[in-house]
Amino acid sequence: MISIKNLHASIGDKEILRGINLEVKAGEIHAIMGPNGSGKSTLSSVLAGREDYDVTEGEVTFNGKNLLDLSTEDRAREGLFLAFQYPIEIPGVSNINFLRTALNEIRAYHGQEEMAAKDFLALVKEKSKLVELDAKLASRSVNEGFSGGEKKRNEIFQMAMLNPKLAILDETDSGLDIDALRIVATGVNKLKSKDNATIVITHYQRLLDYIVPDFVHILYKGRIVKSGGKELALEMEAKGYDEIKKEFEIAD
Amino acid sequence: MANEILEEHINKDYEWGFTTNIDADEAPKGLNEDIIKFISAKKNEPEWMLEFRLKAFRNWQNMVEPEWAHVSYTKPNFQDIIYYSAPKPKKELASLDEVDPELLKTFEKLGISLEEQKRLSGVQSNIAVDVVFDSVSVKTTFKETLAEKGIIFCSFSEAVQDHPELVKKYMGMAVPPTDNFYAALNSAVFTDGSFCYIPKGVRSPMELSTYFRINASGTGQFERTLIIADEDAYVSYLEGCTAPQRDENQLHAAVVEIITHKNAEVKYSTVQNWYPGDKDGKGGIFNFVTKRGICLEDNSKISWTQVETGSAVTWKYPSVILKGNNSVGEFYSVAVTNNYQQADTGTKMIHIGKNTRSTIISKGISAGFSNNSYRGLVQIKKGASNARNFSQCDSLLMGDKCGAHTFPYIEIKDKSAVVEHEATTSKIGEDQLFYCKQRGIDNEKAIGLIVNGYCKEVLNKLPMEFAVEAQKLLAISLEGSVG
Ligand SMILES: Nc1ncnc2c1ncn2[C@@H]1O[C@H](COP(=O)(O)OP(=O)(O)OP(=O)(O)O)[C@@H](O)[C@H]1O
Ligand SMILES: [Mg+2]
Repeated sequence: MISIKNLHASIGDKEILRGINLEVKAGEIHAIMGPNGSGKSTLSSVLAGREDYDVTEGEVTFNGKNLLDLSTEDRAREGLFLAFQYPIEIPGVSNINFLRTALNEIRAYHGQEEMAAKDFLALVKEKSKLVELDAKLASRSVNEGFSGGEKKRNEIFQMAMLNPKLAILDETDSGLDIDALRIVATGVNKLKSKDNATIVITHYQRLLDYIVPDFVHILYKGRIVKSGGKELALEMEAKGYDEIKKEFEIAD
Repeated sequence: MANEILEEHINKDYEWGFTTNIDADEAPKGLNEDIIKFISAKKNEPEWMLEFRLKAFRNWQNMVEPEWAHVSYTKPNFQDIIYYSAPKPKKELASLDEVDPELLKTFEKLGISLEEQKRLSGVQSNIAVDVVFDSVSVKTTFKETLAEKGIIFCSFSEAVQDHPELVKKYMGMAVPPTDNFYAALNSAVFTDGSFCYIPKGVRSPMELSTYFRINASGTGQFERTLIIADEDAYVSYLEGCTAPQRDENQLHAAVVEIITHKNAEVKYSTVQNWYPGDKDGKGGIFNFVTKRGICLEDNSKISWTQVETGSAVTWKYPSVILKGNNSVGEFYSVAVTNNYQQADTGTKMIHIGKNTRSTIISKGISAGFSNNSYRGLVQIKKGASNARNFSQCDSLLMGDKCGAHTFPYIEIKDKSAVVEHEATTSKIGEDQLFYCKQRGIDNEKAIGLIVNGYCKEVLNKLPMEFAVEAQKLLAISLEGSVG
């Protein structure tokens, strides 16, 4: 699905990713954990194609294509989806209109016709049920005035609508109450198939009780310093990052 | 919706920039009393009309072109303009079938098929159109249907002939001929325009619309529109405008007056798309327009909605004088400037009556090297007790070479007034663009979405067909401005 080799990225003079290696196969769920500021969101932004960052070294292959050569929108159209840690508000643009535009852009890229309005609305109905999204939210402006939890839920709703191959969920669990957490996790699990993959970025083992990862990686100072199975998350939760920090301390 | 709209318009050039080859009947260049007499004679006008013109002209000669607006341009040479140009009819027209086919083709290109209009006549929901081509009104549709309700909708020239008492009574009431430099000029040389009278108790069964087109080169367009809504009457009025692409600057100095009687309401919507000049700022229309309404009597309402995307220089302040008690004035505006366009636009709300209310929503969008200013006056006169105004002026900047300015003036002479003013300036967010792109939406479409969202409060005020056109225009006007 995606293969990241020795990825370095910086902003200005500051190197934030310092050689990431990660291989995610179809059907897998990977969790990435790590202390604040270690570069988790940066990694997802760089993969999604945010222009603020300079990729200075490394390669990323996504479904056989050189991901770094693709524009942001083409990455999305190829099936990369990022659930934002801080979803953006777009005043005056309804969620529905936004998603219809997105969906049809993706379809056009794959040579498909626009989805008929009737089918689109049926899809909205089906997918909003999946994440138990209030119908009112679907017609409101994108994220405008949404509570923190509603924004996160809306991200998963969008993911369900766009049906990506690889979804990166950047701290989708933060800000969710216990019920919402379960609903969102159930949604993610329902969307899982042998043909898609998910990268879950989180600080909390709790989410991983619901979305059970095949692999857990610890990101620290721009590198993946440790990888393991789901028990690694438990271990980190119990012990904290002190040991890692000591072992991998490097100069900034 | 923005989706289809943008797809249809990949062409970045001004689409309406074609000219039509039509024989024109023109006045010689220049301006003096003889030219004015020429125009008046061409129109077979009564003596009082000629007097009105000459008086305005004499006033105008003593006036100076205003310089307070935040725009700079080479002042037009008023002696180098043709003040009258009429498409020459091959013979007297008995019906629409005899209209010059070239002219009909133009309208088809503009998206107003008079043929279509004619076929559909009788359909209640349609729009009646008056088309002003250069200096004269060439065709007004649905006249008969409207006449059944007692509505008068015709060209200004016809109104002067057929309804002189109404024209005499109301012309100059909202915009006196001495009001300002361009209004005085217009009063002296105006050639045509639309006239509309809605009688007591009548709600117009359809939208009324005027389509303005400057075609001939070297001409100026000076049209006048006069709309009167008698007691309990209602009308929604639309105005659209385009011009050919020319290297010269052409002057458009119009006057629009609206008068509402007791309980009457007029909604006036404009989608202004005069040629803005090319990307280096060459050519384009100078749009110096005076629009004003008077809520003459109690409980009446005037609302201006404008989407301004065209013109090289815009100078325009659709205003409302709230004379009647409980009267309401509204101004909803989107002004887009790109490349080297300059706009200084806003409104005046003059509160005279008691319990009068006004709302101002202005959305400015600047891109390229353009300058976009909001200029507004809220005046509460003594005795206008419990007057209220709410103003919101938002500016959106695209790129860092353009300018947005806000000049709000507030004068309050009555202590009971409540006046609120909010203003914001924002840049089109990189975060918003990234978010859209991450969902598969490309830059241009993303800008279209964000901008249409930003203007939604204003676009929502437009009648449906117009709203769609306006959305298209916004997207086209801003193409290539961020990226
Ligand atoms: N645009 C930027 N300008 C300057 N520094 C940045 C920028 N973006 C990220 N950084 C820095 O890069 C480092 C990594 O940030 P990032 O947001 O990727 O961390 P994170 O692992 O997602 O943290 P958290 O767990 O708090 O979300 C931080 O030190 C951050 O300050
Ligand atoms: Mg983060």
